[in-house]
Amino acid sequence: MKTILIYDGSFDGLLSAIFYVFEFKLTNVCIKKREHSQQNFFDAEEEIITDKIKATRVWKGLSKKLSARGRRKIYKAFLSEIPTIETAILNFIKRTFSSEVPIENDYSDPSILEIEKVAKKVDREKHRMDAFVRFRLTNDGIYFATIEPDFNVLPLNTAHFKKRYADQKWLIYDLKRKYGIYYNLQNVAMVELEISSEVNNTSKALTYFTVDEINFQELWGIYFKNSNIPSRKNMRLHIKHIPKRYWKYLPEKKF
Amino acid sequence: MDFNRINEKLSILADAAKYDVSCSSSGSKRQNKNNGLGNSSGMGICHSYTEDGRCVSLLKILLTNHCIFDCAYCVTRRSNDIKRAAFKVQEVVDLTINFYRRNYIEGLFLSSGIFKNSDYTMERLIAVAKKLREEENFNGYIHLKSIPGASDELMREAGLYADRLSINIEIPTEKGLKLLAPEKNKKDFIKPMEKVKNEIIQYKNEKKLLKKVPLYAPAGQSTQMIVGASGESDAEIMYTSAFFYKSFNLKRVYYSGYVPISYDNRLPSIGTAVPLLRENRLYQTDWLLRFYGFDVRELLNTEYPNLESDIDPKLSWALRNLDQFPIDINKADMRMLLRVPGLGVKSVHKIIGARRYRKLNWENLKSIGAALNRAKYFITCDSRIFEGKDRTAAQLKGLIMNSSESKFRKELSTQLNLFDNQSLLPK
Repeated sequence: MKTILIYDGSFDGLLSAIFYVFEFKLTNVCIKKREHSQQNFFDAEEEIITDKIKATRVWKGLSKKLSARGRRKIYKAFLSEIPTIETAILNFIKRTFSSEVPIENDYSDPSILEIEKVAKKVDREKHRMDAFVRFRLTNDGIYFATIEPDFNVLPLNTAHFKKRYADQKWLIYDLKRKYGIYYNLQNVAMVELEISSEVNNTSKALTYFTVDEINFQELWGIYFKNSNIPSRKNMRLHIKHIPKRYWKYLPEKKF
Repeated sequence: MDFNRINEKLSILADAAKYDVSCSSSGSKRQNKNNGLGNSSGMGICHSYTEDGRCVSLLKILLTNHCIFDCAYCVTRRSNDIKRAAFKVQEVVDLTINFYRRNYIEGLFLSSGIFKNSDYTMERLIAVAKKLREEENFNGYIHLKSIPGASDELMREAGLYADRLSINIEIPTEKGLKLLAPEKNKKDFIKPMEKVKNEIIQYKNEKKLLKKVPLYAPAGQSTQMIVGASGESDAEIMYTSAFFYKSFNLKRVYYSGYVPISYDNRLPSIGTAVPLLRENRLYQTDWLLRFYGFDVRELLNTEYPNLESDIDPKLSWALRNLDQFPIDINKADMRMLLRVPGLGVKSVHKIIGARRYRKLNWENLKSIGAALNRAKYFITCDSRIFEGKDRTAAQLKGLIMNSSESKFRKELSTQLNLFDNQSLLPK
């Protein structure tokens, strides 16, 4: 019989579940988010209570076996929200603890390569958000952007935007996951808002945005159009770099 | 801001700047200071891509397209009948800041036609950079063009505000330069480049002794050459390139397939295809020089003055040096691993990391991401199955080309040869 551990979806929750696996030496086990769990007759379900202390113990234990980069890879893989990622992370951690020597570069081991690959995907999406966020200046002087990334990457973007736009208020909102990060000139905080459909990606509603805002979007569109060399046109490459699902963020793709 | 006027200027001056292919915004180390605007440390970001597939990371414009020179290959040459425009310093500053705040760009790439004289033009470029840094507390990326013939004092000042300086030599050979841009001479390009190189060396030396030295062009220098405008061979281009890398510590040399823009009979006529494939092969060669430890003489020499167009230069080299293969993937040193066709720098690092734990077999190599369709003929690994047959270079080439599809297959098909397309034919 397989044991299914159900956790609340937080990273600490996942680490608590992993603690539980080691505590009771479970072997045939699978970890799932509450929202993904489906009861069945054959497996036993166990509800995990998120415990910050246990989570920290797992994390500290990992720091003895893994570099900071290796630990960050686990966190990135977690942010992918792929339904089976918890089990992959569990395998990776088991492998890490069971080995005498550090194993994070052992790319011939499938459980290591798997985490490496997912973390890379998440990294790529994070980098795309660094690139494709388009701020629009609202009437209250906040630079505002909406995004719908494939993975939950906003926590990874925070540091970059904070460092770069230190002298302007900004808000980046993830429409898919219904939360955003807001910088108030001192620090960045997580916020949840009701977002009117009028401020979605393409909106130019003057009730929210300044007149200059619309002018600058147009200027940017003109710049984009004129920096293209038509005799080198290569749409395949273009779409490879900016997949169509991102076009809706980009004012330059609207002109 | 008068947006209608700016719209028009921007469309003229962005259009004129687009033949400069450099767009990199990486390699600098400018941090955001005093809660100002922007930073440019570490890797660059491409914020968008044009329909030709090129990255847009900087606001790349000319300050003006008025020019006193008449270089045949250039759109803004004096004798060309086009609309002319000029930005005011403040206009460029406002555009840069407003684009930057919206996360459209990583910074500014400012070039210019040469008006009045070199120093006057260079001064105006510096004025923009200075204003951005000092009045706007802007720490984003700034790439300035060094104007040929600009004085040493101005080059010194430019480097204090810019992250990168570049000067395009455009024509790789001196005889080509005489033909296409008789008013310019090589000395005018070399002098500012030399000055910037020396300043960077001096900065690095001072940095070792003193804690606070003002940054000087932290992202270094680069240059660009036009490919296919003056009948030069691949060897001539790459030897020039290697010379510049070595003598001026350049960060990058860019190769720009010539886009026909004039009916001048010294140049390929309008309608001639841009030599994209050739450009691609030159970039591959450039990478082999910078990251794979190749010497230019191994790849191009009097016997082989041009690159093969149907296979990449590394494969081409390997086929000429079959006596050095096959190598054992579990034992070979990094230098040799990098020379295996189908293994890139990242795969090589993964192989070296992974083989500490166990001997690697074909399965491992495949999951690591090696392109085995090419690599398998040049390596052995922990498996009894390997390509044991002795094949000639021509046989191997045929096998590999049959098993892969080049993205340039259209250009490579024999049909194209029906047309008189000089740029693709072997010279």
